[in-house]
Amino acid sequence: MRDILRLVIVLTCICVASAVALAKIYDLTKGPIAHQKRLEVLRGIKTVLPPYDNEPDRDVVKLPMGVDKKGEEIQGVFYRARKGGRLMGVAFRVTSPEGYGGTIEVMVGVVPDGTIHGVEVLSHLETPGLGAKIDEAKFKERFKKRSLSNTTWAVKKDAGDIDGITGATISSRAVIKALKEGLEFYRKQKAHIVGSDG
Amino acid sequence: MTLAREFTKGFWRENPIFRLVLGICPTLAVTTAAINGIGMGLATTFVLVCSNVVISLLRKFIPPRVRIPSFIVVIASFVTIVDLVMAGFFFQLHKTLGLFIPLIVVNCIILGRAEAFASKHPVMDCVADGLGMGLGFTLSLLVLGSIREVLGNGTLFNVPAFGPGYFPFLVMILPPGAFITLGFLLALMNRLAAQKPS
Repeated sequence: MRDILRLVIVLTCICVASAVALAKIYDLTKGPIAHQKRLEVLRGIKTVLPPYDNEPDRDVVKLPMGVDKKGEEIQGVFYRARKGGRLMGVAFRVTSPEGYGGTIEVMVGVVPDGTIHGVEVLSHLETPGLGAKIDEAKFKERFKKRSLSNTTWAVKKDAGDIDGITGATISSRAVIKALKEGLEFYRKQKAHIVGSDG
Repeated sequence: MTLAREFTKGFWRENPIFRLVLGICPTLAVTTAAINGIGMGLATTFVLVCSNVVISLLRKFIPPRVRIPSFIVVIASFVTIVDLVMAGFFFQLHKTLGLFIPLIVVNCIILGRAEAFASKHPVMDCVADGLGMGLGFTLSLLVLGSIREVLGNGTLFNVPAFGPGYFPFLVMILPPGAFITLGFLLALMNRLAAQKPS
């Protein structure tokens, strides 16, 4: 009995000490981690939009963008970039679960009329050297100045206008489809997203 | 004298990867580039030294029957600390290694050293052992990562290693490349060890 008690006490002490240490560290790193996450979002926004002078992550519109596999609602966040108060563009995230290795997450920036200004791949799990080329400038450049009206949104192989990546058609298709759906959503909800500037 | 011996054994005589063949899962998974190898190696070294010290200090306090759960709690706490600190202060590295950091908990080297060494030796020996083993591990990962990055991507630390005419040997940064490289290195190390008079 005494023996078992000792085991319990020792293990409890170790767990309590570790919990206290972890709580302290969590507290210390909470700020820097939130700051890094915010910088990451801003970096994405900056690469896909024309120059702006406001803080787009503090000027957002949130809209439901459908449901995910588990049936939970996906919140679309639309970051609005302004210069001198005038709306320069809107950045938002689109995702495709249809990548070769998993979900692909892309930040897309559009000027108010719905034409793409730039895209940035935020995360993907595609094959290095093949599908991972979706993250290269050469591929991302191909979407500049494209809109729903001036482009057939498919790879050339599927009779579309966009050059896919050799050997990575699945990844290319996934990105193109996600962008197309994003643009369609933007067109439908434009009034809500751009607000009075539309 | 013995301190130096405990320190250097991790580099050659008891090198965790090439001699003990411990901790192979993270080794194979992260070594697609030299920098990943260093990051993973140093994170593991930190956890290894800290857990060695704590376990050595507590070695008379922990009853043998609950030693494994105690070791796991100590190790898991340090891994969580590394994860949080890295996310807060080395964001880019954390993005690359993010998936593998939690896996340090189950890295056999750490529990192996706790069980085989730290629970039986005084603190200073355990620091030397942890540092040596950790740096030996880091060095092994660096070698593997460098070979795979040079052959598979044509770069070393993201700097092109060959002219533009080099066509990367893609398989080297895919999972089979990890096994192939490790196999050749193990064969080489065994050959070298066999030649040395023991």
